[in-house]
Amino acid sequence: MSLENLTIKNIADKVQKGELKATAVVSESLKRAKNSQKDLNAFITICEAEAMEKAKAVDAAVAGGKKVGLLAGVPVALKDILLTKGVKTTVGSKILGNFIPPYSSTVTEKLEGAGAIIIGKTNLDEFAMGASNENSAFGNVKNPWDLSRVPGGSSGGTAAAVAAKITPAGIGTDTGGSIREPANFCGIVGLKPTYGRVSRYGVVAFASSLDQVGPMCATVEDAALMLEVIAGKDMNDSTSANVPTQAWSQNIPKDVKGMRIGLPKEYFVEGIEPEVEKNVRRSIDILKSAGATVVDISLPHTKYGIAVYYLIAPCEASANLSRYDGIRFGHRAKSVGDLSELYKRSRGEGFGPEPKRRIMLGTFALSSGYYDAYFQKACKVRRLIRQDFTEAFKKCDVIATPVTAGPAFKIGDKSNDPLAMYLNDIFTLTPSLAGIPGISLNCGYTKEGLPTGVQLLSNHFEEDKIIRAASVIEKNQTDVRKVPYGL
Amino acid sequence: MTSQSKIDKKTIQKIADLAQLALSPAEENLYAEQLSAILDYVAMLSEVNTEGVAPLVTATDMPFTMREDVVVKKLNPEDIVANSPDKSGNLFKVPPVL
Repeated sequence: MSLENLTIKNIADKVQKGELKATAVVSESLKRAKNSQKDLNAFITICEAEAMEKAKAVDAAVAGGKKVGLLAGVPVALKDILLTKGVKTTVGSKILGNFIPPYSSTVTEKLEGAGAIIIGKTNLDEFAMGASNENSAFGNVKNPWDLSRVPGGSSGGTAAAVAAKITPAGIGTDTGGSIREPANFCGIVGLKPTYGRVSRYGVVAFASSLDQVGPMCATVEDAALMLEVIAGKDMNDSTSANVPTQAWSQNIPKDVKGMRIGLPKEYFVEGIEPEVEKNVRRSIDILKSAGATVVDISLPHTKYGIAVYYLIAPCEASANLSRYDGIRFGHRAKSVGDLSELYKRSRGEGFGPEPKRRIMLGTFALSSGYYDAYFQKACKVRRLIRQDFTEAFKKCDVIATPVTAGPAFKIGDKSNDPLAMYLNDIFTLTPSLAGIPGISLNCGYTKEGLPTGVQLLSNHFEEDKIIRAASVIEKNQTDVRKVPYGL
Repeated sequence: MTSQSKIDKKTIQKIADLAQLALSPAEENLYAEQLSAILDYVAMLSEVNTEGVAPLVTATDMPFTMREDVVVKKLNPEDIVANSPDKSGNLFKVPPVL
């Protein structure tokens, strides 16, 4: 059986009609997951027994004439940062290496409630801190398009699994680009919803004013369908937004008549590889042909985005990661004298280099004498960055930009220079600071055959606009549905 | 905020102590160097005029919502302590505090 041309909508429809068995889909997906591990290392845990059991339950429900959910029998790759009751959840860290959650995240429950089958927990940069997956304590994921390259991060395992057609759908989280950047490097669709759109209950926290959960899929329609399932207010997450959700995947318009597309001059600058820019501009031409008008806009505080992000995110991380104390869960150091030594050594042994670096940076920026100069200053500039977007959206409906300056880089190329790695994220993390939604999708290839991506941004809670524009781009480029990797 | 913000080893040790994080001497040296470089980079924020700008601490203007404070039993105590590295019945065990 081939999963290559099946969208999640196809699978769910066929399973509901009894034309396709969930067990058949799931066993094929599991087989591919296992076969890919030695090359891709996309999974930290493969949930074979649990997945087969749930697939059997879906088939039994269909046989019994029951109505099954929107995602019935759909194999899903779940980033190993979302809690799964009874199934190990590591966050890519040794400090949670053996953690078995006593409950599931709201997103996990919503997916399973819709009939989706979790095939495995995907690899990630430790605590979602990274842009290349080289920061995982469980070895880095490789890019299915070129095994010598990174898949992006931090949701690199999910991106690789979807790109290699192991599962048709996946879930990632995005703090400064961790859905959009790996989707871009692996040639799939990644949707970061508006801050607050999706519940974070049971999602391990990194930077709480930024973290958001979102879908990573082969097609725009599939990503929209996944968003329908996972979005909405959750009384267990006071930061989830009480804003109506939509049937985003239904009746997506085939044109963008009257839509104004803004091109920020600060995002089309020297340093962007010509092939990336060429492909992004081709997407913009597609939108023009489909009825959009293009306007030049300016987001003048863009150049401060990385500085603001790399103060705010580590500050929040240093607070969030203080809960790992070696007492209630997680790694505990052996033969310690007193409580303070227990904390220090458990944390020193359990955290890898990137979380330690960010805890140190955040603790410094929040410490007495530095709080105003660093944290407060960053929060003020953050407001100016958000104002840039507010002003821009008076002139346009959707902003189009590259996702990164170049395609996936080689493993090891940036791993010794944290600042070079951080600079990779400028186009994705600046919009994250403003809390707006963004989608990234494949818009062509380099001469070497590596995917390049375009990012579309809209104002808060206007996911429908970027879904519409992305769908029009996708439908009008016939050369970008290649499968990278034979399994 | 100045550029050339050199973070020395003593500062690193103080921060590590505040963060309850044991670092090796090699890590202390590495983080002293890397934090200095990162702080030099973020020093560019000092050129932005933020007079009269209120700090933005959350990305959207959604108000936090409240809910009734009702007891819901979702978890068993046994499940909650199951992940503890050292426990006694339903209690977490720690080294002597006093």
